Amino acid sequence: MKKSRYSIFSLARNALSYHQDWSAAWRSPEPATAYDVIVVGGGGHGLATAYYLAAEHQVGRIAVLEKGWIGGGNTGRNTTIVRSNYLWDEAAHLYEKSLQLWEGLSQELNFNVMFSQRGVMNLGHTLQDMRDIYRRSNANRLNGIDSEILTPEQIKSKVPQMNVSASARYPVLGASFQPRGGVARHDAVAWGFARAADARGVDIIQNCEVTGILRENGAVRGVETTRGTIGAGKVAVVVAGHASVLGDMAGMRLPVESHPLQALVSEPLKPVLDTVVMSNAVHGYVSQSDKGELVIGAGIDAYTGYGQRGSYSIIEGNVAAIVELFPIFSRVRMLRQWGGIVDVCPDACPIISRTPVEGLYFNCGWGTGGFKATPGSGWVFAHTVANDSPHALNAAFDIERFTTGALIDEHGAAGVAH
Amino acid sequence: MNTAPLGWRTERDAPGRVKVLEIECPWCGARDQDEFQYGGEAHIVRPTSPEDLSDAQWADYLFNRANTKGPHAEQWCHGAGCRRWFNVVRDTVSYAILAIYRTGDRPPGQNP
Repeated sequence: MKKSRYSIFSLARNALSYHQDWSAAWRSPEPATAYDVIVVGGGGHGLATAYYLAAEHQVGRIAVLEKGWIGGGNTGRNTTIVRSNYLWDEAAHLYEKSLQLWEGLSQELNFNVMFSQRGVMNLGHTLQDMRDIYRRSNANRLNGIDSEILTPEQIKSKVPQMNVSASARYPVLGASFQPRGGVARHDAVAWGFARAADARGVDIIQNCEVTGILRENGAVRGVETTRGTIGAGKVAVVVAGHASVLGDMAGMRLPVESHPLQALVSEPLKPVLDTVVMSNAVHGYVSQSDKGELVIGAGIDAYTGYGQRGSYSIIEGNVAAIVELFPIFSRVRMLRQWGGIVDVCPDACPIISRTPVEGLYFNCGWGTGGFKATPGSGWVFAHTVANDSPHALNAAFDIERFTTGALIDEHGAAGVAH
Repeated sequence: MNTAPLGWRTERDAPGRVKVLEIECPWCGARDQDEFQYGGEAHIVRPTSPEDLSDAQWADYLFNRANTKGPHAEQWCHGAGCRRWFNVVRDTVSYAILAIYRTGDRPPGQNP
């Protein structure tokens, strides 16, 4: 399928026809009767998986099945932060692979994902925070990941609006800073992967909910959907908050619980914040989008939920912390607030794994931090599915780790306490 | 529950409105959810002889959860009130509370 490339010339050419003649970025095909690989879930991770399956593994016929519209779940609900400053080697290598893919993603996909490496700052408010920050920052540097420690004075010079005075309710004692971290445009990531996957022949089928996983003699045979039965040699499940629901269909119990995670955006402002500020201790993170909106993330609700909304008390605590850090934001009006359903693992690390069912693979448990991993997750999952064995980068993220006990405890670097 | 009078009428007063997680403590009555702590899935029984279990069985007890979409039996503690634990059946999609019963009891409608 030949697609015209996006470029300054195609933009000029289409301007001549008042932008009425752009071709659709991806087709909307009817589902075929069978595929070699079916990816369940048309979020960023699922579309990336399909793209890398087609681009790097040549697996033949691939479909992405999406219950709603692509990128309408957590891909469209997160705070778009990208970083790789994780503590443990396994996680650091995985997220760093992802960050490296981000750095070339717009060129690779021929789609501007607006990846902006404006740096990510993780604040420390207590002596123990600072000890943890030093430890994590040193671990990052040993793994070749850029990381600096900032003093309150250096923080103040980067972000003059922040209250770093010693009398603040949450005094800022320092921060770790990853200059290569930043933000990206969440929808563009889904659309870019969808367009690039479609160009390589992947069928993206929206409004198609998987209702059952067909198995025979311990091997997967296909899926039941709201648009009929579709056969498949392999089924790759990437459904975030609904992982347990899909697990049920395959007779599997997962070490995952789904929680609401909320975020909110303000009215658009003139440029006021040119980096990403995160505070693990007070449960707030904030950046400013290119449109000028402050994008603010909160913590998860402790209870499990699939309702894509959370408690008011969480937002209240979150906003209180943000206003304490940034008194200048106290009269900014919030425009929208929403929730997404995050699938949290006991060790705050994902599961990217084969399953006891032959030909069935699960990629879930990304919890509160999946967006940054979108390209890396798709990359290693495509490898796992195509070769029926994990890549070295995701071998440690097998579901078996909950039986062997080889957990990868990343609660400290996960950004959102849970 | 905030007892200060509201300055204006809000949706909160609308008759028949489903309250977002106001929990009826069996001892203290209806209170806002943020007075309570969530205690996870209910009715998980600690194995009486862990040494007889395989690693997979132990992992299932320790880590695997139903994570039900729909009616879910779970534990709550009224931490800012009487500090007692009890069980709740809550719909995890609508967040409506379907039943409240004491720790040690089975969910209503289920035989022991």
